[in-house]
Amino acid sequence: MEVVNMLEIENLEVGYGTIKALHGVSLRVNQGSIVTLIGANGAGKSTTLRAISGLIKARGGKVRYDGEDITNLPPHAIVARGLCHVPEGRMVFANLTVEENLRMGAYLRKDKPGVAADMEFGYEMFPRLRERRHQAAGTMSGGEQQMLAIARAIMSKPRCLMLDEPSLGIAPILVRSIFEQIVAINKARGITILLVEQNANLALAVSHHGYVLETGKVLFDDTSAALRTNPQVRAAYLGG
Amino acid sequence: MQGQRYEPFAHHFPLSQFLQQLLNGLFLGSIYALIALGYTMVYGVLRFINFAHGDVFMLGAFTGLYLHKLLGPMMAMMPWPVAMLVILLLAMIICAAAGILIEFLAYRPLRDKPRLNVLITAIGVSLLLEYTAQLVFGATQQPFPVIIPKGNIGGLGGLTVTITQVIVLVTAVVLMIALRFIVMKTKLGMAMRALSLNPTASALMGVNNSVVISFTFGLGSALAAAGGILYASLYPSIEPFMGVLPGLKAFVAAVLGGIGNIPGAALGGLIIGVTETLVAGYSDTLGIPSGYRDGVAFVILILILLFKPSGLLGKAEREKV
Ligand SMILES: Nc1ncnc2c1ncn2[C@@H]1O[C@H](COP(=O)(O)OP(=O)(O)O)[C@@H](O)[C@H]1O
Ligand SMILES: [Mg+2]
Repeated sequence: MEVVNMLEIENLEVGYGTIKALHGVSLRVNQGSIVTLIGANGAGKSTTLRAISGLIKARGGKVRYDGEDITNLPPHAIVARGLCHVPEGRMVFANLTVEENLRMGAYLRKDKPGVAADMEFGYEMFPRLRERRHQAAGTMSGGEQQMLAIARAIMSKPRCLMLDEPSLGIAPILVRSIFEQIVAINKARGITILLVEQNANLALAVSHHGYVLETGKVLFDDTSAALRTNPQVRAAYLGG
Repeated sequence: MQGQRYEPFAHHFPLSQFLQQLLNGLFLGSIYALIALGYTMVYGVLRFINFAHGDVFMLGAFTGLYLHKLLGPMMAMMPWPVAMLVILLLAMIICAAAGILIEFLAYRPLRDKPRLNVLITAIGVSLLLEYTAQLVFGATQQPFPVIIPKGNIGGLGGLTVTITQVIVLVTAVVLMIALRFIVMKTKLGMAMRALSLNPTASALMGVNNSVVISFTFGLGSALAAAGGILYASLYPSIEPFMGVLPGLKAFVAAVLGGIGNIPGAALGGLIIGVTETLVAGYSDTLGIPSGYRDGVAFVILILILLFKPSGLLGKAEREKV
């Protein structure tokens, strides 16, 4: 299979006020793969995703998606291109029902039958969501909200999905089922995935390639298998 | 105040008088409700109080007046309900455009600045609209044209209800139902709700937040314009500062209902209208001079702020970190 760069980030620089959060981050995500971005709290993982999806302005560098320069386009224009970001903290619409949240995910779509089919796909992926479809999203547990956030992102029919810490603050049993579904989404639907995680063990187990970020710089860039056996990575991120 | 009769032997609270005051309050309150909806919707999407909103209400009344002058010969040929509808809809469209323009020129450039900046700007816009109106329309009271025929509805026992009052209430209710439909059933309405819950998430769903904010200003301003025309139909004398008091009262109504809560704004408007009318109607019994009616809303405001700052239907909003 020909290797195509779906997402290509070159020398990305981002700051908050006078604080610089990213000092020239470069990474590539091949089409059809799962790539993970790991690193300690505050390393700049979320900032990287926010800059890619247009939530914050890049001060330098380039973001290329599907061969097109999308640096600093507004978020809605980036979603429209099939690049979807599931933010840290899930950000479901608390007062809207599960079903309304899913409809919001399909905001830019006009193909009603396709939207209905994807909603069905989401309910099959996470049956709890179907049970709770008329319930306000804010009343669900953290794990259920994470499921909803992922299903909602699928509703936009993305070709590339960026997930920010889907395991954060979620019961271990639910983490497993969520990660199984992330792998299934990648395999069954061919959706390319950029996965940000603090749980490096888990992330390297499901991904093909990994980047280790430290204080706004890429420290390691290797296949996930190689990173798992890398002594330095093991010592610092995998608990020895 | 209409329909106040003095019944020398019913010293205390004759039921018919009470019902009459309740009705009068309902008519006035439905107008406050229309204005309050604009405050609350804009607060929902931008988290700020658009203090120029009451002046859009004034602008609506003047737009109605000038449309009536402009379309005079045509108006005369139309049955009055058609004439009323034409004036109402045109004024709503014109004021919606004005509201969108105000947001675009005055508030949008301050979108990422501290909220105090835009709040102060809103007060500036309010003064600008009032004094520009004074310059353009003149400072004196102007009669608002009588579009709805004068007369009472019969068969209500001792109650006096004018055709105008009925039209005001029906129009306000229809507009509120239409708004509810837009907010609950249309795509833009859902985007509005999503944006007010989490603007980052709505942007990530592909919502162009700026478009939704413009839409919200348009919608709120259209309702305020309708309120202005209905108010001018009830009290047919208009001037450039006519929006100040109803605007402030409607703001209190929005806070009373729970700022950001749409049904709350409607409810708050009705409560303020009814309370104000009752206080005025029973001023002798209560020992409050009827001129104090305008203070009622502010007493209510102080009470809400003391006892239930989140309003009647609002949820206590926890500050997100
Ligand atoms: N909204 C913000 N304002 C100021 N600084 C921020 C903000 N968000 C993140 N930062 C800083 O940017 C750096 C990277 O943060 P972040 O991207 O959230 O890290 P990670 O997701 O890897 O934990 C940190 O030093 C953090 O303190
Ligand atoms: Mg983070």
